[in-house]
Amino acid sequence: MPRVLVLFAHPAFEKSRINRRLLEAVRDLEGITIHDLYEAYPDFLIDVPAEQRRLVAHDVIVLQHPFYWYSAPALVKEYLDLVLEHGFAYGSTGRALEGKVFVNATTTGGPEAAYQVGGRNRFTMRQLLAPFDQTAVLCRMAYLAPFVVHGTHTVDADTGFGPAQRQYRTLLAQLRDGTLDLARAAAVDRVNDVLGEA
Amino acid sequence: MHDNVLLQAFVYLAAAVAAVPIARRLGMGAVLGYLLAGIVIGPFGLRLVAESREDVLHAAEFGVVMMLFLIGLELRPSMLWRMRVAVLGLGGAQIVGTALLAALVGIAAGSAWKPALAVGFIIAMSSTAIVLQSLAEAGRLRTDAGQRIFSILLAQDISVIPILAVLPLLATLHVGAGSEAHGVATLPGWQQAFVVLAAVAAIVGGGRFLLRPVFRAIARTKLREVFTATALLLVVGIALLMQAVGLSPALGTFLAGVVLADSEYRHELEGDIEPFKGLLLGLFFISVGAGIDFRLVAHAPAAILGLVVGIMALKALVLYGVARLFRATTADAMFVAAALCQVGEFAFVLLALARGSGVLGDAEAGRLVAAVALSMLATPLLLLAQSRLVEPRFAVPAVERGADAIPDEDTPVIVAGFGRVGSTIGRLLRASGVGTTVLDLDGDQIELLRRMGLEAYYGDATRLELLTAAGAANARVLVLAVDDFIVTERLIAVARRHFPHLQLIVRVPDRPEAYTLLRDGISEVFRETTGTACDMGFATLRALGHRAFQARRAVQAFRAHDEQGVRVLAGKWGDDTSYMSEARARIAETEQLLAALSFVDHHFDLAWDNTTLREEAQGRSPSGHTAGPEGTD
Repeated sequence: MPRVLVLFAHPAFEKSRINRRLLEAVRDLEGITIHDLYEAYPDFLIDVPAEQRRLVAHDVIVLQHPFYWYSAPALVKEYLDLVLEHGFAYGSTGRALEGKVFVNATTTGGPEAAYQVGGRNRFTMRQLLAPFDQTAVLCRMAYLAPFVVHGTHTVDADTGFGPAQRQYRTLLAQLRDGTLDLARAAAVDRVNDVLGEA
Repeated sequence: MHDNVLLQAFVYLAAAVAAVPIARRLGMGAVLGYLLAGIVIGPFGLRLVAESREDVLHAAEFGVVMMLFLIGLELRPSMLWRMRVAVLGLGGAQIVGTALLAALVGIAAGSAWKPALAVGFIIAMSSTAIVLQSLAEAGRLRTDAGQRIFSILLAQDISVIPILAVLPLLATLHVGAGSEAHGVATLPGWQQAFVVLAAVAAIVGGGRFLLRPVFRAIARTKLREVFTATALLLVVGIALLMQAVGLSPALGTFLAGVVLADSEYRHELEGDIEPFKGLLLGLFFISVGAGIDFRLVAHAPAAILGLVVGIMALKALVLYGVARLFRATTADAMFVAAALCQVGEFAFVLLALARGSGVLGDAEAGRLVAAVALSMLATPLLLLAQSRLVEPRFAVPAVERGADAIPDEDTPVIVAGFGRVGSTIGRLLRASGVGTTVLDLDGDQIELLRRMGLEAYYGDATRLELLTAAGAANARVLVLAVDDFIVTERLIAVARRHFPHLQLIVRVPDRPEAYTLLRDGISEVFRETTGTACDMGFATLRALGHRAFQARRAVQAFRAHDEQGVRVLAGKWGDDTSYMSEARARIAETEQLLAALSFVDHHFDLAWDNTTLREEAQGRSPSGHTAGPEGTD
């Protein structure tokens, strides 16, 4: 059974509306490791060997984060910069992550319509996440379409996130059980679309 | 043999030591234990008490005086102001209602109105000592009903003054003029008023402007026993002053307590007086028990018992009505009635005056004294019955019970020691909007802090009473920032034993102390100079021309390694501080330090160093997958 690692990054967890709820929705799933990066490294001093061991020990890497400035929060960048070392994650001898599955799980305040070619943000989420896509490919990982929750600014936090929570839980459960059609999940724009309303 | 002071002390103490644990075990509460102990050693029991029991009673009444001082200390003037409706309304209605109803009953029974009214006012008093002690034991002081009871008791304690003044006017019998009266009572009316006002002004003014500098000076000596002596001196002095002018000593000390309630020495005073109060109150209860005249009861058992039951029923009726009038629930009103329907210790004082000034005859007064004592004896039993039999019927879900008022001064954090380290922590917490109570043993420092507007109190935090007074029961974190490690260890022991819920954040001088505490299971241990040393190391690296971010990471990494090293070594730091284990620890320590210092060359932020990438790019022709990400350089 694939071992799933959720790398969670939110610098203001206590203010989070949706990411906190997504995390809560999957916290009790068995066979899933949740690693809270801002909790582990409040001073940005990342323990690289420990993180590399953690990556090696899992088969699916889910990077869960809010979508800040068309990317992930700063600590994620620091993490990728430091942990994905040459010779470990890429390069002629860097094959530690080969064959693993990588997926972004992220949230945007704006609606889906804003993330379209010709929309306010001019690019789709899939396009904006291209650096992560290419990072995964360079590390010989399979990159899936991102899991995206749009329009979080306008949703009632107490009642409106139920469908997203259920979808996220379904995604992780299917990744863990190996029941997700990875080829299809890689081909679409959002992985949400192959999950349906669970 | 009865005249031997030590022997008497032995008898009283033995009675207390034997009776109270037994009473507690039987679920009766300490007050009832004391009262029963008094009966046992009294003239109708084992007859171990000296004839001069009056002296003991006088000494014991001092316990009541101290209790009122402590009550005063708890009452900040602002809080008193907030309670004014309850005190004046609830308490006033209770006193007037009881007095009038009792007078009516008395007149109906054929008494003249003056003595009937006097008796009414006398029995309106309840026993502050018994009730507060019983409530505190049951942990019910802070409940809604507890607050009402407290308000009524406060009103009664205050009303003693006017009653003392009015009582002689109700005299109908002729006695030798001024045979019992002394002090102000012998003066003409306007002079009386002047002396009373002057005494009150002296206490308020003295407390405000004289006592605080005195306490500061005493605190500066750092001799705890001198501070305790000063606290006792204050209470005794005020009691004497009040006695001299013929006023209630309890009221005087209460006033002094209120005046000092805002001072920085409040917690320390509380801690100092508390043990004396407990002991003397116990003595007081024993004397009450020993003082019950069972001969009188045996002579006319029906009359005395009728009197007791009648008085208590009448008081309970008025209390219940008044409480309901002031919107208490049925259960609360019943509890108030059960708790306060006895007659209190002030009644002894008032009865003496009433007999002396010819309001009541000797026989009536004697019967009333016996009835008062019996009603006091009945109170703990009544409360016991109330909690076992009546309350279950009114049982409220626990949720509603939980909403009791938490006093303003309860803060989530207590900082012990406010010197070089503690003061910074305190300011940081305060800036973060975290309520912080500060305890320190340096009077000058405290004075300085208070001038800057910080809530700081003088006192030795290792004392349980002081920690309790500072709100340790409701706090969440205890920050230990005292200089002396021995004090730190003592404080940890006290806090762990009595407040295991408190999270401890501890400052220690250096490694050995850190090892000790880490081995003891304290995880939040901070060596006091490490932070500063690291900051200085950072500044040094900067001075040598290192870039800021690199220097910062070097310091962070060193610190992380260092903290880790201390934790690893703590486990090795042998219980047997033998040479070998010490040596092994030192070798391991050096290794750890060396590893920490060579971190840049080993495995540290290797990804930011693109040496291997450049080698690979130059050595082999880049093809397909192995090309590096753009912009790695």
